[in-house]
Amino acid sequence: MQAWGISVLFEGQNLFRLVDGLSVSIRIAAVSIAFSAVFGILLGVLMTSRYRLIRYICRFYLEAIRIIPTLVWLFLFYFSLTKILHFHLSAEFASDIVFSLWGTAEMGDLVRGAITSMPKHQMDSGFAIGLTKLQVYRYIVIPQALRRLIPSAINLATRMIKTTSLVVLIGVVEVLKVGQQIIEVSILKTPTASFWVYGCIFFLYFIICYPVSLFSKKLETKWQQ
Amino acid sequence: MAKQSNEKVLEVRHLNKKYGETVVLPDFNFEVQRGEVVVLLGPSGCGKSTFLRCLNGLEEIQAGEIKLNGQIINADATKWHVVRQKIGMVFQSYDLFPHMTILENILLGPIKAQGRDRLEVLQQAEKLLERVGLLDKKEAYPSQLSGGQKQRIAIIRALCMNPEIMLFDEVTASLDPEMVREVLDVMLELAQAGMTMVIVTHEMGFAKAAADRVIFIDQGQIIEEATPELFFTSPKSERAKKFLNIFKFNEQVS
Repeated sequence: MQAWGISVLFEGQNLFRLVDGLSVSIRIAAVSIAFSAVFGILLGVLMTSRYRLIRYICRFYLEAIRIIPTLVWLFLFYFSLTKILHFHLSAEFASDIVFSLWGTAEMGDLVRGAITSMPKHQMDSGFAIGLTKLQVYRYIVIPQALRRLIPSAINLATRMIKTTSLVVLIGVVEVLKVGQQIIEVSILKTPTASFWVYGCIFFLYFIICYPVSLFSKKLETKWQQ
Repeated sequence: MAKQSNEKVLEVRHLNKKYGETVVLPDFNFEVQRGEVVVLLGPSGCGKSTFLRCLNGLEEIQAGEIKLNGQIINADATKWHVVRQKIGMVFQSYDLFPHMTILENILLGPIKAQGRDRLEVLQQAEKLLERVGLLDKKEAYPSQLSGGQKQRIAIIRALCMNPEIMLFDEVTASLDPEMVREVLDVMLELAQAGMTMVIVTHEMGFAKAAADRVIFIDQGQIIEEATPELFFTSPKSERAKKFLNIFKFNEQVS
């Protein structure tokens, strides 16, 4: 007798395995978001450098990351680079690297935008009331740059979480891969398994990304005034 | 408005300012007595705003000296952030800090730069707000204010530092015409209260009413220097006549 499709999720350890797979996705996302935040701010500051050479190098890095699809970067790091340089990289570690590189580039561009969009006379008025350069950054530039930055930075974070699903293609067993495995096992017995499994994955991504994007909306309206 | 003493607050000798190869101010000499109101006039691009910015170190100068109360302030060792506490400046652009309330805008300098007591500054700030009729806006954010109101707040923010001298850089130039008056009134009141002021403006009526001395500048040089009565009724130089004519035409048209 054909079981209810949804029961696929509760057979054996299936649900637990899916959540476990999700934790791999989250791990990759969390590591790369953390690195991107730190190095992205650094890159962003460098991109506003007075020195043209530094700006050009940063720009080249950003464009290289953007022009080449993330998937190609994953293949490049996992299959090609390791072959040429004769060392082994775990698939998850390669993913960490690629997503950190990507996030850093995007974050850097956001930071650069936030800094350069600050009108010059904001700093002048800070200086005019006797603040030191450090105080001008501390009380005027950074608080305003952060406000401009945070909504788009959070948007980037959710994009990174979603894009981690690509790592399945270099063999990382994350939530999508686990889902495929479950489907393959149950498809004969439960033809609708794929619907329920992917539906569940959809829901799992949703409960992670939605609060994040809600949070960013809230910040946005709060700082709009 | 003969209330100034013979005490020089600010003295500038042989100031030279260049942007790269372009000389903006070749050799500028200037002084202001305590309580004096000096208005700088001149066609746009003549260097008057640049000069004002040199006075509190927002622009680097290439040669010359600037003295505040007899002390040279443009030496290499100058801590400009300390000097600027004595020189208030208000700009053309609405330059309030948008992420702070009006009160926070005013308190920032006195508390963080001067290290004064919050309660004492608060009392002074509220008194000043009262004086310009904006006490009810103290908890508002700059975006909730009109241009004229913002500019009045910017003036108070500078005043709350208890400066020795106030610099005004075309503070009404980007205001809607109906808001110019409220800002000029605050400045006129300040002038009458004996504040030392250097003002760059295109408001001729205001210059006539408030100035003790008018300085006409063209191409970075002082062309003429006179009392407002003399300057506006019988300018000596051709360039000043030409300049004033433009404004006469404007007055006739409007």
